[in-house]
Formats: sequence, structure tokens, C-alpha cells
Amino acid sequence: MTDTAETSPVLTTRDGVPLKVSIARATRRQKLRAFLLVTPLLLFILITFTAPIADMLYRSVENDIVSETLPETVVALEVWDEGSGEIPNEDVFAALARDLKIAAEEKTHTRLGSRLNYENPGMSSLFRKTGRRVKRMDEGNYTEQFIDIDEDWGTPKTWQVIKQFSSPVTAGYFLAAVDAERTPEDGLGFKESDERIYLFLFWRTMLLSVTITVMCILLGYPIAFLLSNLPMRTSNLLMILVLLPFWTSLLVRTSAWKVLLQQQGVINDTLVWVGLVADDSRLQLINNQTGTVIAMTHILLPFMILPLFSVMKTISPTYMRAAKSMGASDWYAFWRVYFPQTVPGIGAGSILVFILSIGYYITPELVGGTSGIFISNRIAYHISSSLNWGLAAALGVILLTVVLVLYWLYDRIVGIDNVKLG
Amino acid sequence: MKLKSLLIAATALTVSVPAAFAEDMTIVSWGGAYSASQNNAYHKPYMAMNPDVNIINDESSNEAVAKLRAMNEAGNVTWDVVDVVASDAIRLCDEGLAVEIDPDKDLAPAPDGTPASEDFGDLLVSECFIPQIVYSTTFGYRTDKVGDEPPTDICAVFDTEKYPGKRSLEKRPINNVEWALLCDGVAKEDIYDVLSTPEGVDRALAKLDTIKDDVIWWSAGAETPQLLADGEVVMGSTYNGRLFSVIEEQDQPVAMLWDAQVFDLDGWIIPAGLPEDRLKRAMDYIYFATDTQRLADQAKYISYGPARKSSAPLVGKHADLGIEMAPHMPTDPNNAKNTFLYNYEWWADNRDDLDAKFQAWLTQ
Amino acid sequence: MASALPPYASAGQRAWFYSFRVICGLIFFFLIFPVLIIIPLSFNAEDFFTFTPKMLALDPEGYSLKHYRDFFTNPDWQSAMWNSFSIAPVATLFATAFGTLAAIGLSQSNMPFRSAVMALLISPMIVPLIISAAGMYFFYSRIGLQGTYMGVVLAHAALGTPFVIITVTATLVGFDQSLVRAAANLGADPVTTFFKVQMPLILPGVVSGALFAFITSFDEVVVVLFLGSAAQKTLPWQMFTGLREQISPTILAVATLLVAISIALLTTLELLRRRSERLRGMTPG
Repeated sequence: MTDTAETSPVLTTRDGVPLKVSIARATRRQKLRAFLLVTPLLLFILITFTAPIADMLYRSVENDIVSETLPETVVALEVWDEGSGEIPNEDVFAALARDLKIAAEEKTHTRLGSRLNYENPGMSSLFRKTGRRVKRMDEGNYTEQFIDIDEDWGTPKTWQVIKQFSSPVTAGYFLAAVDAERTPEDGLGFKESDERIYLFLFWRTMLLSVTITVMCILLGYPIAFLLSNLPMRTSNLLMILVLLPFWTSLLVRTSAWKVLLQQQGVINDTLVWVGLVADDSRLQLINNQTGTVIAMTHILLPFMILPLFSVMKTISPTYMRAAKSMGASDWYAFWRVYFPQTVPGIGAGSILVFILSIGYYITPELVGGTSGIFISNRIAYHISSSLNWGLAAALGVILLTVVLVLYWLYDRIVGIDNVKLG
Repeated sequence: MKLKSLLIAATALTVSVPAAFAEDMTIVSWGGAYSASQNNAYHKPYMAMNPDVNIINDESSNEAVAKLRAMNEAGNVTWDVVDVVASDAIRLCDEGLAVEIDPDKDLAPAPDGTPASEDFGDLLVSECFIPQIVYSTTFGYRTDKVGDEPPTDICAVFDTEKYPGKRSLEKRPINNVEWALLCDGVAKEDIYDVLSTPEGVDRALAKLDTIKDDVIWWSAGAETPQLLADGEVVMGSTYNGRLFSVIEEQDQPVAMLWDAQVFDLDGWIIPAGLPEDRLKRAMDYIYFATDTQRLADQAKYISYGPARKSSAPLVGKHADLGIEMAPHMPTDPNNAKNTFLYNYEWWADNRDDLDAKFQAWLTQ
Repeated sequence: MASALPPYASAGQRAWFYSFRVICGLIFFFLIFPVLIIIPLSFNAEDFFTFTPKMLALDPEGYSLKHYRDFFTNPDWQSAMWNSFSIAPVATLFATAFGTLAAIGLSQSNMPFRSAVMALLISPMIVPLIISAAGMYFFYSRIGLQGTYMGVVLAHAALGTPFVIITVTATLVGFDQSLVRAAANLGADPVTTFFKVQMPLILPGVVSGALFAFITSFDEVVVVLFLGSAAQKTLPWQMFTGLREQISPTILAVATLLVAISIALLTTLELLRRRSERLRGMTPG
């Protein structure tokens, strides 16, 4: 082939341009056109979606509040040895007095106090109190005057915290997000066992998501199998039973479960009426993990059935027949011939269900009580109640990383192009 | 072109029309019966006096602190006056998100000329906070499910033998740890000293552990009344005004357990960063809405105690039910035999830390 | 094994065949029951979430339309409905316009960085809502979009675009590119080609993508909870607060209406699917 191409005269288009060049030009033009078609959405997503995620990444390490509010103190503290067990010298206290006077004028000292309070309880009132009195401070002998306001200024711990968090970026939020903290010896360690919560919550989120995924496989597999083996007309009809819940609002389905599961709800009423359960020992089906698992399995089940169904539909029934004609039992034929071919479908459905499940917020919030909530609920809490946005961002980044790894896996196994809807 | 005109049309539809006639003033509050009482006692008379002002109600007080911070970052504050609890007011003040108030200059004196700072007294817990009501977090119980001896003291909550059944408690440490210590034999005045030590926190949680399996945790004030009415719990904590409406308005078999009720304050703040004209209007509204008569008027609609001393004698009958409101006030001497005032300063410092411990305990 | 029982089936096979059907029936029941149960309950004459004795006795007095009346007269619910209907269509418009163009670009064989771009554009569907909500809350606060109508619309549009891309790409898979070339050959300019040739064929995909985008926005609650202010309180938001706080059976009436909307959407989609298959020369199922 190459020989003939080299020996034959160069092909040209009618205007005399070599064909190769002309094709390359056309391809380039097509590439550009394709890219231009995508550009508006690309820009749109970058601004409305990707930038916010990047902003969250930044928030999880951002910490310029200390060096901005106490610029001179931060510089003066550089020479102080935090391991010495002693408080800093008079220069540092003088710098703090100058910084705090300005900060109290601009009312930024209390904001700093609430930031540092996340790291060391008591900082909030320390700064509030000090800010009120710093304006009336005399020249000189600042160390004594500060300790006079609050003896916390005389403990090395206070200064260690300020120094530790004086750099403009911090790993503090991420440490807190995995229940770790910095120890005075500049090492890392886990928090006291009674304050550890996030690792446990991540673990529980994973565990419940796995449970939900397994439930979805167990319930989804027979349905997908049935649907793919029924005649088209019947299976289309039955498909509606899968698609209707899928299309129904999440809130509608969650409220339905609330109605069904509560102690005075439909299920308990029925059980009492039938006589399976005594009136005074009604089952606790909601506000715990049971509630979360039941409701979320129901909500995510279609996401398992649909990919399974699309895989099963492509499996030719002749394989099974061939296996059986050669003497395999029903079960053997299914397990050794049919089932292995459905594994990609199970994989696709499982990853999808798992990804959706670990990020759920609404359903656990409404039916999960205290034992059935996820890490997302904690993120929401830190955004809107505790105002610890840095910690919320750090928790979010960790969760996002998990999801992206799974997303990448999904892309490798299934390919995002193959995602189908309905 | 088509898209653009559609967009313009869509945006135009969402902009409210009355803006052309009167200036909008957005007042943020808690919604429900509480907002209704403010509407009757403050908003309606204020709008009657100032036809150029149109008050818009926003029921976002729950998320007020977070949303105000977001608005402040954006430099676009859309709220004019915000109703918050005292602890949130302290935080907003700390974060520089609320305007500082000079009570004697910005608030009306009492009818007899007593300056506002004296009339409100200790209730001015923050420079930014304008108190409105005293409410309490207290218990209600089902009268038909407690046997012959209805509970009279707070420790009945921890006594699951005498009073079996579920209880509802708020899903946060505040109040719960204080009650736990109180029933574990700690004197009222020592509670915060004990809580300041790690052992003290453990002790409180250990006491709560004894009833952990019997507790339904709530996060919205309306849950306990609902749970009581449905008979899902035998007793539960909530705000006293919510219990009032279950008992008096809905006529449910529920009674109050006032013992060791925890007083708390609710009031207004004005967001920082308002333009001059809106700030002036907000101040004008506050001056009107927190005077002696207005605070007393609110008590006609909801059973929360007015924050001014001078308002107490003016409290009258319920606007619809016609019953005397004074005996239903948390501040009424009969109800306030044993009360607890929670320590704002202490909680401002320890809230995050204790909350982490509490949540860790809850999830175990 | 599942479709029909051969006449020579053994007793064991027979038993398995029927028990399998029963199991499937139970799972279908699990799927559909919660959606259907709210419908009769929404006509409850009492303020309960459960069947009253009168309802079970099919006594007409046990049923009433009062929760529907409440929905249509209560200003909170009405403004929530109005907000939902003013946010979702605009978000859909954005999502569909951008998404369709991008899908056409993406399905051309020589699109550079195709898979990377695709992965990025699909990501709003994959990233957990709470994370999107948190990020948008932080970022939109900085740029002044937090608590605004535009902020919610843009966020919802971003969440809806992946669905448009997926559905439109799916219809383009079966699209014969030679039709475009034929049109160009006959002298049509690209715009005419697009509207006269491509558009009619991918229209079912565009419409079903738009429906998905619409329902995404219409059902969305997490993002609007963080990004919205009272003026953007949508139906799902109102339902969420209702379920958490003042639990009233009006929620069930709203839920029933929403189920009716879902049925309408589902039917539309099914019709579109058939039309699309017919146009592409497949036999409709």
C-alpha cells in the first residue's frame, strides 16, 4: 500500500490543493465546528458548576483570617518556640495589642474568635472579652494587662493555637474531617474517642450504601430477568410499574414511606389489625436505619433494574437452551451460562446505585432519625447551623473524591456514553 | 431573540408588582403561629401608620445566621429586620453581621419614662440584640398516659419505670445536658462548672444514656406537639407556646410540666450592610414594634412573655379564646417556681465542642 | 423459563415457575404500592395520615376534598407552586438549548477530547447534590447570586443538562450522517440543514431530554434549599419543611397531584420513544 502511495502522483482537488492537505483542512474545520457547538455548554458548566466545586476545594484549606486580622502578631510569633512550654515575650503581646485595637475598631476580632473557637473552645469569648477592653489599654506592660483581662492569655495553649493557624492555608479542616488533630509535639493524632464522629459517619454511609445496593441487586435482578424474558407487549406494560416510581418526585416517595412506616402508620396499623403485632409494641420502622434502607432501596431500585434490563435483553436465549440440551440442570445453566453474562449489568447498576446512595441527603434527613443519617446530613448541618464552612467543605471534598473514583470506575466498566434513561 | 424575550418575560413575572406603590421591607421570622402573632401585633398597625411601607414576610429564621453570612459575602443584603434567638444574635454580632444598637437612643422608653436599657434590663444580652419575648423550653406530657400521679418535677423525664414510654428531646446538647446533670444531683448553680470539665460532660451523657433508647429526637419545634397529639410519646420538650396551642387551642389531653423550664430570649437584629435609607426604615420599625404596648399586644396571640418589664401589667386576654394569658406565660410566678436561665456566654464558647461530643454519643 | 412453562415441565419446575412469579409480584407491589397508597389517603376527611374506619368502610363521609381545597387556597402552597412553575421552564430552556448543541458537537466523530469533555459535562448528574449545593452556595454567595431567582435557575439548568446530552446523543447514534451531506449537496446551508433535516429526527430526543431537565428542576430540593430565599420557595421545598415540621395531610394532596404530573410526563415520553423508533425504521415495541 505505502509503495503505491509513494510512487503514484499526488492527488489534488480541482483547485490544485493536494488532497491530503484539503482533507486535513476539512477535518480541522469539522473539529472546530464540533468544538464550537460544545463550547457554550462547556463554558456554562464551567461557570455554574465546576467553579463552585473548585471554590469548595479552596474553602476547605483557606485560612487567611488569622494573618489578616493579626498581621503584626503573626510576624512577632515567628521567633517564639511553641514547644518551649512558655508564653511568648512582651513584643508579641505589644503586637497583639496593636492588632487587636485595629481589629476591634473594624469589629473583626470576634470573627477571628469564632474561627479559632473551632480549634480550641473558649477562644470566642476570649476575643470578645479582650476586644471590649483593648481600647482602654495603657502603654507598656502588655503581658500583664492581657493576663489581667483573661488568664487564658497566660497559657501556652492559646498561643499555640494562634501560631498553628497563622498560615494562610491550613490542613486543619481536613484533619477535623477525619477526626484527627495536631498534638502539641507537632505530631498528628486522633481526637479523644468521645469526639470522633466523622470516620464513623463515613463508615456508616458506606455500610448503609452497600446494604442498599445489595438490596437493590436482590430485588432488581428477578424483575429485570422477568421483564427481559416476557413478550415485548407484556414487558412494556410491566415496565410502567418500574418507571412510574422512577418519575415520581423524590419528596412524594419519601412522604409515602413516612406515612407507611410510622408507628401509627399504615403498615403498623395493618399488622395490629391482623394480630401479628400487639397494639402497645408497634414496630419501630422509621427514624432509624431500617427506615433509611427501606425508603432508599425503593427510591434507587429503578436505577438497578434499568441497566440490568438493558444487558439482559441482549443475551440470546439460545445459550441457555444449548446448555440445557447438553444436560445442564435449570440452576446449573442459569448459574454457569446466564448469570456470568449479566455481571456487567450488575456492575453498572451497583456503581450507579452506590454513587447516588452515598450522597443522599433528603431521605435520610426525613426518615433516618439519628442512627440512619449520612455524612451529607452532617455537611448540611455545618453549612447552615454550625457555620463551620471550612469543615463542611473538607467533608464535601472527601465525599466528592470517593464519588469521582467510582465515577471513573463506572466510565471504565460501562462507559458514560452508554448511560441510558428509561 | 426569542430566548431573550422569553427570559425577560419570565423575570418580569417574578418581580412583585406592589413595589411601584410602596417600599418593600423584608422581615424574617419563624413562620406559623409566631409570625401570625407578629403580623397582628406589629406589622398590621405599622403598615396602617406607614402606607408607603409594604412588609414582606420571610420564614427563614432557622437558617438566618448562615444566610446572613452568605448575603454579607455577596455584599447584597436583602433582609431588613430579622427575628433570631439570643444565641444566634450573639453569633451574628460576633461575626459582624448585625448592627449594634444603643437601647436608650434607638428604642422607645417605657410610658413612665424609664429608659429602654432599664426596662429590658438583663435581657439585653448582646450589643446587637433587641429582645422581644421570653420563651421557655419545657415539657408537656399526656395526661392519659401517666397514671394517677402526674409528673411534677423534671426528673420524671429520666424515670422510665414510673413513666414508661417514649420521650421527645431536642437533637442538640443545649438544655438536655443541663437537665441531665440537674437530675444527676448537681446543684443548679454548679452546672456550668461541672460541664466545663470533660468528666462533667461524660456524666451528663451517662445520665442521658439511661433513657437513650426511649428518646425520639426532634429538630423542629412542631414535632413534639405532633408526637404528643398522636400519642407517639408520653412526654416531650418543646417551646411553651407550642404546647399552649396543643392544650388550649387543639384541646388535646396534654398538660404542662413547668419544672426546670429553661428561659430563652427571642428578638430582633438588623443586618449589617444595609443602605442608609433601608437602615433608617428598619430602625423606625424596631422603635415602633418593641415599645411597651406592642410587646404586650403580641401576648394576646401567643403565650410568650413580653421582654419589657413595663409590658407585663398590660397583658390581657387571648384574642380568639378569650382566656387570660398571664397564667400561661412562662414568667408567671406560678410557672416560674423553678427555672433555669441558660448561659449564653458559656454556650457560645463550647457549643461546637459539646455538639461534636453529643453527636458522637448519639451515633454510637 | 420465565416467559412460559413448557408442557414437559417437572413438578419442581412448575413450583419454581409460580413461586418466581409470586416473588416478582411482591417486588412490583413494593415498587408501586407507596406511590399509589397516597392517592386514597389524600382524600381523607380527617387530619390523619392513615386510613380511618370510615374510609375502610367506604363511607363517603370518610372522604373529602378538603386537603385539595387547602392546597388551592393556602397562600404558602400557592406561591410554592407558582415558584416551581416559574423556575423549572426557564431552567429547562437553558439546559435544552445548550445541551442539544453540545450533544450534536459531541456525536461528531472528530470531536477533540471527546471523552474528557463528555465526562465533565455529565458530572452534574453524578456529583452528589449536597456537594453541588454546598459548592454553589459558597460560590454564588461570592458573586451575589445566592438567594436570587437567576441563581436557582442557573443551578437547575446545570443539573439538567446531562439528561439532555444523554437523550439527544442517544437519538443521534442512529442518525445517518449522509443525510446531512445529501442536504449540503442539494445546496442547503448548515442552518437550514439543521432545522430541516437534523432537527425533526432528533426532536424526540430533545423533547425527552427537556422533560428530564424539567422534572430535575421541578423535583429538586437540596440545591434550592441552600441557594434559594423565601421568594424561590418551590413545591418540593415546601413539602420538605412540611414533612419535617408541620406535618399536614395537604402534603398528600400535593403528592397526588405530582403523581398525576409524572404519569402525564411518562406517557409523553413513551409516545415520543415510539415515534422516534418509527422514524428510524424500527418496529415500535
